[in-house]
Amino acid sequence: MHSFSYRANAVVTFAVTILAVMCGMASLSDNFNSPSPTADVKVLNINWFQKQPNGNDEVSLTLNISADLSSLFTWNTKQVFVFVAAEYGTPQNALNQVSLWDGIIQSKEHAKFWIHTTNKYRFTDQARCSMPLFASGNNLRGKDFNLTLHWHIMPKTGKMFADKIVMTGYSLPEEYR
Amino acid sequence: MGWLADSLDSIRTLQIRHVLTQVVSLGMIVTSALIIWKGLMCVTGSESPVVVVLSGSMEPGFKRGDILFLHMSTDPIRAGEIVVFNVDGREIPIVHRVHERQDTGEVDILTKGDNNFGDDRLLYAHGQLWLQRHHIMGRAVGFLPYVGWVTIIMTEKPIIKYLLIGALGLLVITSKE
Repeated sequence: MHSFSYRANAVVTFAVTILAVMCGMASLSDNFNSPSPTADVKVLNINWFQKQPNGNDEVSLTLNISADLSSLFTWNTKQVFVFVAAEYGTPQNALNQVSLWDGIIQSKEHAKFWIHTTNKYRFTDQARCSMPLFASGNNLRGKDFNLTLHWHIMPKTGKMFADKIVMTGYSLPEEYR
Repeated sequence: MGWLADSLDSIRTLQIRHVLTQVVSLGMIVTSALIIWKGLMCVTGSESPVVVVLSGSMEPGFKRGDILFLHMSTDPIRAGEIVVFNVDGREIPIVHRVHERQDTGEVDILTKGDNNFGDDRLLYAHGQLWLQRHHIMGRAVGFLPYVGWVTIIMTEKPIIKYLLIGALGLLVITSKE
């Protein structure tokens, strides 16, 4: 009854249970945080805008991204992944999302930032390869699009959270340049 | 022959009921584990509700040995979500973030690891440009650090797995309570 293995088993079971409960409580405590992040993205310049040899439109932008995401951080936050996506609809596609810039914020001190950058990833409207003749990706001329700042909170343990701020009212020129 | 009779006698002296109880309790442990796994599959809608991160391509968010809880709902997949997908011709599922998405009736997505420089087209099957829904095993909703090391160690050093199973089996058979 009071053998070594019996006691070891009891201690390990108890320790694992307590650890699991603490992880659960840490994750639940994230729900008490009601963040109030702010963000603003400006398109400063359209550097160039052209049709690629394969027929897809590609555009290069200069962006000014400023955001204050420090209210997202709690004691259970390991990092916040933040990215800016261009979102638009085309006749073929209801919603396209193209990531233009992303970053990883690892501490609350770095969560209030301001960055002046060109798009880190290519902003192209890509045709579906299955029917390239019908759906060529030349959809970007004169296209209205939204810039959306998304964030994805990766916790030390438990549930992950994600949300976004949508900024509307951007449009691309009618002509290539 | 005397030796054989002796050992048969000693087996008979072990109470048959005791042995049966041990067998039944062992069976209960195995079946309840199976019930929990299959139950999770039903609740989450994912063929593999828990996965272990095997590579460093999502660092510093997810490290090797962390585990992720997956959920698969009918909601369309959006950019920024972390999905686990299977590429045709590859055995091991990959955990990466949705980098771009298109909505062509069916959702097409392109993924990228947070720690990788480029997107995942090079990882996909030859000529494949997008992932479709049937490639996706689920989206990550929860996170628990380190726990997956147990499975990593056991798959990489099978000898430890057999030692552990042997020791546990011996413990169950020889335990007196």
